[in-house]
Amino acid sequence: MSLKIFVCVKQVPDTKNITGQAMKEDGTVNRAALPAIFNPEDLNALEMALELRDEHGGKVIVCTMGPPAAADVLRHALYMGADETILVSDRAFAGADTLATSYTLACAVQKYGECDIVICGHQAIDGDTAQVGPQLAEKLDVPQITFVEGVLDVSEGRVRAKALIEGGYEVVESPTPVLMTVVGSANVPRPAGARRLMTYKKAVTRSELQAQHGGADYEDANQVAAEEDRLRERGLWIHEWHVEDIGADRERVGMPGSPTKVKKIESVVLSGQEFHDVPATQEGINELVHELISEHILS
Amino acid sequence: MSDKQIGNVWVFIEQDDGKIADVSLELVSKARELAAELGVRTEGVFLGSDVAGLVPSLHEYGCDNVFLAQDPGLALFSALPYTKVIVDLVKARRPNIMMFGATPLGRSLAPRIASKLLAGLTADCTDLQIDDFEDRANKRVLKQKLMQIRPAFGGNIIATIVNSWEDPQMVTVREGVMRLDEPTPGRTGEVTEVAVELSDEDTIVSIIERFRAESSVNLKAAQIIVAGGYGVGSKENFDLVLEFAETIGAGVGASRAAVDAGWVDHDHQVGQTGVTVRPRLYIACGISGSVQHRAGMSDSAKIVAINSDANSPIFAIADYGIVGDLHDVIPKFIKAYRARV
Repeated sequence: MSLKIFVCVKQVPDTKNITGQAMKEDGTVNRAALPAIFNPEDLNALEMALELRDEHGGKVIVCTMGPPAAADVLRHALYMGADETILVSDRAFAGADTLATSYTLACAVQKYGECDIVICGHQAIDGDTAQVGPQLAEKLDVPQITFVEGVLDVSEGRVRAKALIEGGYEVVESPTPVLMTVVGSANVPRPAGARRLMTYKKAVTRSELQAQHGGADYEDANQVAAEEDRLRERGLWIHEWHVEDIGADRERVGMPGSPTKVKKIESVVLSGQEFHDVPATQEGINELVHELISEHILS
Repeated sequence: MSDKQIGNVWVFIEQDDGKIADVSLELVSKARELAAELGVRTEGVFLGSDVAGLVPSLHEYGCDNVFLAQDPGLALFSALPYTKVIVDLVKARRPNIMMFGATPLGRSLAPRIASKLLAGLTADCTDLQIDDFEDRANKRVLKQKLMQIRPAFGGNIIATIVNSWEDPQMVTVREGVMRLDEPTPGRTGEVTEVAVELSDEDTIVSIIERFRAESSVNLKAAQIIVAGGYGVGSKENFDLVLEFAETIGAGVGASRAAVDAGWVDHDHQVGQTGVTVRPRLYIACGISGSVQHRAGMSDSAKIVAINSDANSPIFAIADYGIVGDLHDVIPKFIKAYRARV
């Protein structure tokens, strides 16, 4: 048996480790100061894919939709053991909500060709919606198994997985192709392999290669093309697909393809050090209880 | 849009083993409020096998009508058949708003339905309001749209989101976020039976085995939580935390340190490896406030921290801080509460 496993990952701002430097003076978050990281549960998704491949044979393809800089997470996927990587990137994709994102990813999966299993992380930490997985499954017209904590068995044309439900779990069996979303408790993602890192740190997208040669107006097109061929041969090529490459309808991607619009954004001002200091005396606590009751917080 | 008849407000009624999920009833309460504002009806969408006996209680909680779809293939939740039944129903009846509990089930089902319908879906809303929306890109004003308010970006921003496409406007909401109104005994309503025809395609995914533990602790639904941490000091001392909780009608939470020390069951653990809670009031007693613990409670509306160490990180997210020995502070709090008028 040989499995083709397509893993969708996302580069996200590290919202879980907001440090002093990432806070503006008014107490709101300075997004630009947050490091961009590999979405944590997408690492679990990739680990699951790699384990399945290692056990059953086959190929792990890792794909991300994002800005050019998102190629970093694809290089990390290569360090962990991915076989092939795809950056789906285009200005037309900007402002996509989960519906437009799942449509775009579905176009990329279809462009790649038939896969046995599509795996996504359960949710991304910047939006926490957990919507793209099931929406991608619907767009691909394949069954879904969500909240997967482990794959119990893969046999010809079938997958059996343990999936979390409210207060417990289920063992679910589905024919392939199938899409699974993976939770953080599924496994411990392997670190980057040192030897793979030395090899794959040279992996680039076409835009990156062109930039190395002085941007789009580079002098010697033939030289760059030759370089590209060499990189492809050595597995150091990150596919870069634009809206036309995946045959996507411009009306269904990015802002035009997104039904949900953000009307308003308010920053939450973290109350750091600004708590109401209540004296540990009976009078102080009486006053606190009185205040909580008058604000209907206590009854 | 304006000449079109406005659709009703729907709530997906989640049930397991003949028990309706609390979050679904909370959403019925909210749906009634929204439906009253829009001048439309509140309708439940209820799928299962042999569940008709639960319909009267849905009327008592506020459904004007219940769409009842019964089939052995719907006994346990499975995304494909549930999606099929609900998508067909939405296409036939055109609701204005459709709400789901943000449970594992709701978070699997709602996105699949939204994708099929090409509808907007907003996850984990913490508030829902009706207001007009100025769609600047298309130079139009959409009247009486659902304002879908949710935290994003790790809870660092609050976004108001609007579905600018055709209805339904779809949202998921976590348990405990919306207020549950008391049912009206004897209140009746309509039942609309939905014919179910599932094909082999719809039932290709099978559930081989199922395990559910009935937890006696339902912290997620608690409006007030008193939680104890390592600072409580011993199992005996934890009794003070229990007494405190009982006195003010609160659920009992704990940090991982208190659970690992064996003072309280894992069911009570709040945080990354426990449950996530967002009560009206969270009182942290002897909890230092690690990132992992804060991840499970920082969305509480009001936080009171009691800790003898003034430098504990818990104070950074507290609204009220009491620097002092909890064995001295808690009895004072209990006394103050009992003396309230």
